Amino acid sequence: MTFMAKNSGLIINETLNHMRLVGISTLFGLMISVPLGILLSRRRRAAKYVLALVGTVQTIPGLVLLGFAMIVFGIGSKPAIVVLTLYAILPALRNTYTGITEVDPGCIESAKGIGMSNIQTLLKVELPLALPSIVGGLRMSVIYIISWATLAGLVGAGGLGDLIWTGLATYENNFILTGAILAAVMALASGALIGLLQNIMTPRGLKVRR
Amino acid sequence: MIQFENVCKRYGKATVIDDLSLTVEEGQFVVLIGPSGCGKTTTLKMINRLIEPDKGRIFVNGSDITRVNAVALRRTIGYVIQQIGLFPNMTVGQNISVVPKLLRYTNAQCDEITRSLLQLVDMDYDVYAHKYPSELSGGQQQRIGVLRALAASPPIVLMDEPFGALDPITREALQEEIKKIQRKLKKTIIFVTHDMDEALRLADTIVFMNGGRVVQIASPEEMLRNPKEDIIKNFMGKRISKVDYNSLLAADIMRASVLKVHKTKLTLECVDLMNRRQVNTLLVVDDDERFLGIVTIDDIKKHGRAGKEIGDLVSTETSVIGAGDSAKEAFERLVDSRSGYVVVKHPNDTVAGLITKTSMVKAMAEAMWGEQE
Amino acid sequence: MPVRFDLMIDHLTIVAVATAFSVVIGIALGVAAYWFKYLERIILGFSDTVQTIPSLALLSLLMIVFGLGNKTLIIGLVLYALLPIVRNTFTGISGLAPHLREAAKGMGMSKIQVLVKVELPLAFPLIFSGIKIAVVTSLGIAVMGVLIGAGGLGYPIYRGIQTRNSALILSGAVPVVLLALIFDYGMSKIEYMLTKRAKNKNEKERTTCETNLSA
Ligand SMILES: Nc1ncnc2c1ncn2[C@@H]1O[C@H](COP(=O)(O)OP(=O)(O)OP(=O)(O)O)[C@@H](O)[C@H]1O
Ligand SMILES: [Mg+2]
Repeated sequence: MTFMAKNSGLIINETLNHMRLVGISTLFGLMISVPLGILLSRRRRAAKYVLALVGTVQTIPGLVLLGFAMIVFGIGSKPAIVVLTLYAILPALRNTYTGITEVDPGCIESAKGIGMSNIQTLLKVELPLALPSIVGGLRMSVIYIISWATLAGLVGAGGLGDLIWTGLATYENNFILTGAILAAVMALASGALIGLLQNIMTPRGLKVRR
Repeated sequence: MIQFENVCKRYGKATVIDDLSLTVEEGQFVVLIGPSGCGKTTTLKMINRLIEPDKGRIFVNGSDITRVNAVALRRTIGYVIQQIGLFPNMTVGQNISVVPKLLRYTNAQCDEITRSLLQLVDMDYDVYAHKYPSELSGGQQQRIGVLRALAASPPIVLMDEPFGALDPITREALQEEIKKIQRKLKKTIIFVTHDMDEALRLADTIVFMNGGRVVQIASPEEMLRNPKEDIIKNFMGKRISKVDYNSLLAADIMRASVLKVHKTKLTLECVDLMNRRQVNTLLVVDDDERFLGIVTIDDIKKHGRAGKEIGDLVSTETSVIGAGDSAKEAFERLVDSRSGYVVVKHPNDTVAGLITKTSMVKAMAEAMWGEQE
Repeated sequence: MPVRFDLMIDHLTIVAVATAFSVVIGIALGVAAYWFKYLERIILGFSDTVQTIPSLALLSLLMIVFGLGNKTLIIGLVLYALLPIVRNTFTGISGLAPHLREAAKGMGMSKIQVLVKVELPLAFPLIFSGIKIAVVTSLGIAVMGVLIGAGGLGYPIYRGIQTRNSALILSGAVPVVLLALIFDYGMSKIEYMLTKRAKNKNEKERTTCETNLSA
């Protein structure tokens, strides 16, 4: 307990820092992946290649990407945010794409046939129906980034990883415990929260089954 | 009025519509029929520009449709497809009022439209408007699909095998409803099917297509009498045959499966039964299955009290005929009867069946063109 | 830049050992979740939760308990690999058409025999796809082993980051990425073949049925 009291400032600081990293890169990730996912759903042939490419980037371990990013962008938040954004893209992108492409073609034909413009079809039919899938992707993205953000400490971007690093370097288990548990709790809580959001965002008509 | 002028459509090397010319008059029910792949859907979709022709011109009400904005054009043309395509994220009410909303009608107007359209197909607004498509039966879903197409009162409605995926009984009910709606609202309907029965039942004009060309355009009557090519004859199948019309009996033109209830059944049970089976009349019988009379939903509403036996409410003012009487006699009774049906009894007074206009027409069609199905 | 084959072999060995454990445990848990309804939520929930915990957090917590070294890394990798294997085993088995199971039971097979002779073989393509995911993720996560004193390709990467030496980072990173891609590609191919074979078999069975019917 004295440990907590002594380091409360640091702990709160790094928690907020972690959240900031995750928040910013999630936002960037979404800003890229949702429009790109929509675009790909209009260019299905190109989609295959783009998704394969992004999937390949995803197989690169976080530590490796972070290393590269550090070489290019130097030390600080910048390389961390770039890497985290990259990791945020794939799940959200793939889910946006599949969410839209799996919308019943009959619905889309009807929408067009009764006089919805392309943009209206997208906004009123495709996106609402794909929304649960998109939010599911967002959930995966966030969990991923919370995890990889623990490595951000390595390139001097701070975050809960810093506490763990300190602990690992000084054999101070309290630091490790605090950082690891907070990171785990943050990941589990965000997962649960977004799961809830997903449930709320699912149109009621998609939930009722006879 | 819709006009095709030398329209061609190609996919790669394959010509799927070959120099098609066709005129559809206002208020007509035109059925496009032909073997699979003959270009019916393509023809239909060119009218609302879901597909653009390679050659030729299409006019709707005198104006070349390529000069009209496609989206604006589609809002004046209803569209119903076999897959129904109701939006699962919207309620029945929202589905119906999609186009009015796009056209910026007020909420009150949308509500009014939804109400009156649901009434048209005997679906209760309070029961159905707030349900989701997944909570409806296939037949109900397709009814809503049709209503959605009608919502902004388009003068023209395109339907691509709308009833193809429904069971025969539901299909027949919907055919009747669509015909009724077409007459009542005076729509021009272009209807695609590959079911000749459906075509004969619905069409003012049948357009028979094959290989991207029109083979024959004729009224059902004319097409039955003078099918132009063998392929049409094959489509007509057994319908072209001869029967001795005078030997038909009432029993031949009735529907044998009717909803009978015992007189001791209680009123609420009956109402429930009628609701479930979607009928407004029950035939009441006694212990020996003998016919006592009929009860309509109105009778129950007016005179019935919960918990009373249905036998107390029967009305005997019904046209009745013996199963062995001639069909001609039955026909006259039917025409005279106010209720629109005639009860057919066996000699021992038990119920044999019911003659309605549908059963009559069906029987006559069978007699003329052979067994259906 | 020297290619560190020794590190590569270390890396692969760690992942192989971890995968062997997680396959056995994962399939066992998947079957348990399927057999015992009341365990379903616990087992699936547990593996889901473990997967959600950030890998660095999980590894460092494990280190406190198990100390530094390869053993701890392997435990962490096994935990991580559980979810895809458990889930795919479970869905693979419970998604089988009931008539297969009934037919097998009808022939007098015991529960275990049904599992070993019918359910697991039929669910195998899906289970294999879970194993593929497990292997590819493990290859990536094993890089972090360096932080808890384990061997493998993480070492040059970590040293490279610390000394800002890109050549050193690459000497670890390139083999890791290549391994991940190779396994992903190769195992996808096998998965595809397995699925296709299963489908063909079904089709053949169906045609025999049809022939019987028409005969
Ligand atoms: N997008 C397309 N690309 C290539 N060929 C097409 C395309 N759409 C339709 N076709 C071909 O055009 C022909 C006419 O198709 P269409 O859908 O109009 O037939 P249909 O009369 O509606 O048949 P069905 O009764 O089976 O619905 C078919 O031979 C079909 O294979
Ligand atoms: Mg068609």
